[in-house]
Amino acid sequence: MKTATFKIWRGDAKGGEFHEYPTDVAEGMVVLDAVNQVQAMQAGDLACRWNCKAGKCGSCSAEVNGMPRLMCMTRLSELPLEKPITIEPMKAFPVIKDLVTDLSWNFRVKKKIKPFKPRPPDAPDGTWRMQQEDIDRVQEFRKCIECFLCQDVCHVLRDHQLHEKFIGPRFLIHVAALEMHPLDTEDRIEELRNAQGIGYCNITKCCTKVCPESIQITDNGIIPLKERVVDDFYDPFGWVWKRLKKLLNR
Amino acid sequence: MPDYETFEHDVLVIGAGGAGLRAAIEASAAGVRVGLVCKSLLGKAHTVMAEGGIAAALANVDERDNWKVHFADTMRGGQYVNQWRMAELHAKEAPDRVRELEAWGAVFDRTKDGRILQRHFGGHKYPRLAHVGDRTGLEMIRTLQDYGVHQGIDVYMEHTILCLLKDGDRVIGAFGYERERGRFKIFRAKAVVLATGGIGRAYKITSNSWEYTGDGHALAYDAGTELTDMEFVQFHPTGMVWPPGVMGILVTEGVRGDGGILTNKEGKRFMFDAIPENYRAQTADNEEEGWRYCQGDKDARRPPELLTRDHVSRCIVREIKEGRGSPHGGVFLDISWIKQKMPNAAEYIKRKLPSMYHQFKQLADIDITEQPMEVGPTTHYIMGGVRVDPDTQMTRLPGLFAAGECAAGINGANRLGGNSLSDLLVFGKRAGEFAAKFAKENSLGKIRKDQVDIVAREALEPFERNDGENPYAIQKDLQEAMQNLVGIVRNEGEMHEALERIGNFKTRAEKAAITGNREYNPGWHTALDLKNLLTVSEAITRAALERQESRGAQFREDYPYKVDAFGKVNTIISKASDGSMLVRLEPLPAMPDYLKQVMEENG
Repeated sequence: MKTATFKIWRGDAKGGEFHEYPTDVAEGMVVLDAVNQVQAMQAGDLACRWNCKAGKCGSCSAEVNGMPRLMCMTRLSELPLEKPITIEPMKAFPVIKDLVTDLSWNFRVKKKIKPFKPRPPDAPDGTWRMQQEDIDRVQEFRKCIECFLCQDVCHVLRDHQLHEKFIGPRFLIHVAALEMHPLDTEDRIEELRNAQGIGYCNITKCCTKVCPESIQITDNGIIPLKERVVDDFYDPFGWVWKRLKKLLNR
Repeated sequence: MPDYETFEHDVLVIGAGGAGLRAAIEASAAGVRVGLVCKSLLGKAHTVMAEGGIAAALANVDERDNWKVHFADTMRGGQYVNQWRMAELHAKEAPDRVRELEAWGAVFDRTKDGRILQRHFGGHKYPRLAHVGDRTGLEMIRTLQDYGVHQGIDVYMEHTILCLLKDGDRVIGAFGYERERGRFKIFRAKAVVLATGGIGRAYKITSNSWEYTGDGHALAYDAGTELTDMEFVQFHPTGMVWPPGVMGILVTEGVRGDGGILTNKEGKRFMFDAIPENYRAQTADNEEEGWRYCQGDKDARRPPELLTRDHVSRCIVREIKEGRGSPHGGVFLDISWIKQKMPNAAEYIKRKLPSMYHQFKQLADIDITEQPMEVGPTTHYIMGGVRVDPDTQMTRLPGLFAAGECAAGINGANRLGGNSLSDLLVFGKRAGEFAAKFAKENSLGKIRKDQVDIVAREALEPFERNDGENPYAIQKDLQEAMQNLVGIVRNEGEMHEALERIGNFKTRAEKAAITGNREYNPGWHTALDLKNLLTVSEAITRAALERQESRGAQFREDYPYKVDAFGKVNTIISKASDGSMLVRLEPLPAMPDYLKQVMEENG
């Protein structure tokens, strides 16, 4: 059986270093398999998160050879195994231990976003009517598995650490899903412009590139939101019309 | 004696998948203070993996559907050992629970007239599963999560409960640890809801993640209440078999609902060979009719690929055993063949089954629009669990409730696909409602510090042993033993051997040793989870031995047929005063006449 070496970052908030673990590799293995194998046989206390192992839960985010990836969806066959494979925790969040980072900021941010507020039901039985073509875009955004790789790679968060001023691509997409939901009556534009800091995004599309769900975060989500912010702020007639429409909907 | 950080709630919900979240939301709506404990981060529970849909007789696609048909389908699928009252409540209430999700922001796929679309699934007479492509579970958990976080619920992420706390017979809280620092915590509560999910990690090939170690089952059993139907473990017919690293990962039944067929290496659709008598009248007897059914022809009967999961799994095992399997020890599941039937098949497949397309492309280099998949059975779900009152979800211990997969009753001997997500919603809500009611009528109990200290001391023992065994190795051996000896095909000799091995594993688990410290240490967590895994493994084996027949998910090669007497009883597991495990048979409650009539009308 072939072996490969994995250089895994071990440490905590105080600091750490790479440790090398040689381990057997079999056909079809993914990076998470290798990490679990190291855990089971060499380093029982190696901390990492994982759940579904099928790219559906977004728990096993890490940086593999410098690239933000889901470990469960990164096959060893796509990596140069003749050299050690480096595995590090995400950089945009504080380290807890080894590959596990403190993601609590993300949960706090989400809680501050105004929740879904539907219009009154369309039918007497309390249900609504929506056409498939009107929800395709929202469904694209709702594919998000909250792996936070887009947050990790966003330079506003990763390099400039502006976590208090900018909610990051994940939550811009969350806002977009709410704003474009055909039933929603809430208005989140003012917050987008101010507290949520949409202006910080300068459309480098790094988030879109790493999204394991291939959500067109920038083109389909952030840019239309930016347009709404601009329309809302600089177009007084549009502003009045929109408020009126919301009132009527209620 | 150490002090532990202590939290107080009216209702404590343990587990934050669909059932736990729904229970927490309901309890909170009743005006009580709610704590929600998750083993992982919020939104990562196994509900997220559910693919096909939520079964509810909305009748949006076929107006002939109603709760009575759903009830009859559920009872037939469960081989009539379900708790009829749970099946009734489930069928009646599921539509409201689905509509409620839409009001909370869920975006289901639509019918042409703009209503919630429903798809075909195994064992359901009409298209009944509300869905979002093949990621319905994600939609459901995200909707509950995003709604739930605004309801004033205190969420404790990455916390694991080690034991329930009691004051006399009453359950008054729980004791556990947080993963990050490894600190112990006491949760005081007037009522506790278990919603911990399943037991899949007891088996080697499973679709379940590391979390599913039967925690709720074992917590309830150790606290002194009963488990039931534990012999019924669902082996989902279609898990991935290749490459080895992904073995067991689920392939949704939606593939078959949308026209996918099962073939052996001779290219034969083997599911036509053995259609069970009680399904013959509603199953297609030729390929053409099966295809028409998948295309929505209301006069057509469903293809045999959509028979119940227990049956399909056994047919697959038969093909493999008799040498007609695929190269990597499975059979073929083919959706690409529909290109013979429709012009834009590839687009259709990618739209209906996007995550399956992605999963096979990325993990196995297979393009499912062009090639067949290789699939085989994988441990997926347990029908058995904590015995509860059908209406309130309360166990025999006052103040202790259970809902979702860790509770039992609705599914009987086999669960229909799609009935799990609806079960989580219907009985999660009920558990939350009645736990809140109980909490309002009762006060906080008295914690016995000495009880807590014993559990804490035991939990730390793996750190103190210098030359003990690696807990991962014990877990692996247990998984192999259960897979080989208490799997899809069972017999008395092998199960006695399993019991003996489980006894040995217990001795080994008591000597498990770990390295490192208490901070986020998966080795330690694995060592602690072993106890629960061993409890549920023993319960499954003892219940399976007691049921000397084949029914639903339980197949005994030494008793290959159904036995009428066993069709009237459930197995009940409880803990004797000396700590040993007891198993007994108990008669099913008699079904009232109005439901008997429903069964007859929908035969």
